[in-house]
Amino acid sequence: MSTSVSTPSASPPALRAKDDRVKTRSLTSRLLSRPEIGSLIGAIAVFVLFVVVAPTFRQPASLATVAYAGSTIGIMAVAVALLMIGGEFDLSAGVVVTTSALAASTFAYQLRLNLWVGILVSLLLALAIGAFNGWLLMRTGLPSFLITLGTFFMLQGLNLGVTKLLTGGVSSDSVADMDGFASAQAVFASTIQVGGVGVRITVLWWILFVALATWTLLRTRVGNWIFAVGGDDAAARAVGVPVRKTKIGLFMTVGFCGWFVGMHQLFSFDSIQSGGGVGQEFIYIIAAVVGGCLLTGGYGSAVGSAIGALIFGMTSLGIVYAGWDANWFKLFLGVMLLLATIVNLVVKNQAAKR
Amino acid sequence: MSTQTHGSDGARDGGAGHPPNSEILRLEDVGKSYGNVHALRGVSLSVRQGEITCVLGDNGAGKSTLIKVIAGLHQHTDGHLVVNGEEVRFTSPRDSLERGIATVYQDLALVPLMSIWRNFFLGSEMTTGFGPFKRLDVKRMTVIADEELTKMGISVPDLERPVGALSGGQRQCIAIARAIYFGAKVLILDEPTAALGVKQSGVVLKYVAKARDAGLGVIFITHNPHHAYLVGNHFVILNRGNVSLDRSRADITLEQLTNEMAGGSELQALSHELSAPGQTPEPAAALAASRQTGR
Repeated sequence: MSTSVSTPSASPPALRAKDDRVKTRSLTSRLLSRPEIGSLIGAIAVFVLFVVVAPTFRQPASLATVAYAGSTIGIMAVAVALLMIGGEFDLSAGVVVTTSALAASTFAYQLRLNLWVGILVSLLLALAIGAFNGWLLMRTGLPSFLITLGTFFMLQGLNLGVTKLLTGGVSSDSVADMDGFASAQAVFASTIQVGGVGVRITVLWWILFVALATWTLLRTRVGNWIFAVGGDDAAARAVGVPVRKTKIGLFMTVGFCGWFVGMHQLFSFDSIQSGGGVGQEFIYIIAAVVGGCLLTGGYGSAVGSAIGALIFGMTSLGIVYAGWDANWFKLFLGVMLLLATIVNLVVKNQAAKR
Repeated sequence: MSTQTHGSDGARDGGAGHPPNSEILRLEDVGKSYGNVHALRGVSLSVRQGEITCVLGDNGAGKSTLIKVIAGLHQHTDGHLVVNGEEVRFTSPRDSLERGIATVYQDLALVPLMSIWRNFFLGSEMTTGFGPFKRLDVKRMTVIADEELTKMGISVPDLERPVGALSGGQRQCIAIARAIYFGAKVLILDEPTAALGVKQSGVVLKYVAKARDAGLGVIFITHNPHHAYLVGNHFVILNRGNVSLDRSRADITLEQLTNEMAGGSELQALSHELSAPGQTPEPAAALAASRQTGR
């Protein structure tokens, strides 16, 4: 194959000599070219700020709470980040959480089944919603923004309508005394004592998911394909990357994580409000963008999304610990988003130049 | 350039001292119509191992349609497409690739934000390990990408650099190196020098020649006769979907090629028309007047 390319005239050592116009990149510039670096600096700044102004923030228990707040956003944000690296959006990511939780509890409750049956049915439903989004996207070629905006409203309507039809109210029936509640709660919503501090199990799941996503992105073929379909799907198709499968898989990953967070919400309490989840999709997207994902796709990281989610957790709780008016939170969000995007843009341009 | 001498000794007939170059790809009277538009009519050409067949033509001459037929993006409506002595009809780019025909398009099929080695192996990644531990063999891929690029004489100090940070010529070369590495027998280059400066074009032409020396049959699509003549063994000019010229290197000079390519008489008329400054080209009088001054 390649061995036939032998050029006796050319001397390989000479060709191997480095181009003198190109300097070897220093460690700093290589570090700066990582997508998550902007968010890391931001996270440290926010952390230092609240450590200084809010004494309560320094306690281990508070930090565990911060990590928990980060995890509920972060589990979703990691899937949304993968999808954004793959070049697509999912506006239904917020309501699919509520849909999953409602489906699990309602199915098991209405048919008097073990809760785990409901959990499984709900998982299939969440994956099917993701697959539908992805399939329709690839089928029609419409922007994912429009398609998932459609599913967003459809699911929101279904959540409210079906719940009202079955319970006559706006929340699902309590599942606290049903079979499987205790074991499901142990998996999705328990608290583990680590050195005298109660750490919610979602934090551990979050770390696991981020590690898995990072591994997949950087060290597997699928990860290579995710970057490629987001960066230039026509080019990816031309060299034989299964673009359709990759994108549908990404939407299904969002469905899976939505299901997981939904189960956590359900088993943290015992019933679920049917109007929940609206607006959360933007929080996930912001966490991913703050973490270095480009809106145009093809660039970003899973660890970045985790840092983005952590900034969220620190701020939402830090404002309370500092005794400030919590209404300022949204303003902070907007500023943070703008700053992060600008920093990412600058960093990316700088990194590409070096 | 060194290639001037290379193709001179009647390379079309196998060349003296070399074993006869075998034909890899042949088009016989190939035609393609879109509805009632005939984009390609009765095109015949032959691609041999270790030879560069240049396809020249103006915009709309049918060059892209020709590529698309050979690359499997479109199917021909008339004639025969013969690969290695076997008549084929491609239904997808995959079919074409499996026959060893690699196409380097103008947009190159590279992903700008991805690193060089990731682009090099995109779609054909090497893995190591089993089951859930199956992972990219990053080390092997970077080593091979480095070797292949070095063989082609491309110096990129850092394979982790995004492809978007490279120059157009370097990108072109990476795409060519990739096609060669993945076992292409026929390489179709779609205007590889179109958007490049003089130096960059020279670099790309060198790699085109290297691909030829590696034993590939190259189809070099261009509208620049100078670039074509530097490397080509055989020249085909398309005009309005027809072959208007089909010569081997021994039978044509650069001047003739340029002239033919530009449409010969058409260009002469144009040059006269333009060489009379300040005048509205009143057909008969203006042309007659300028014919005196212009020549």
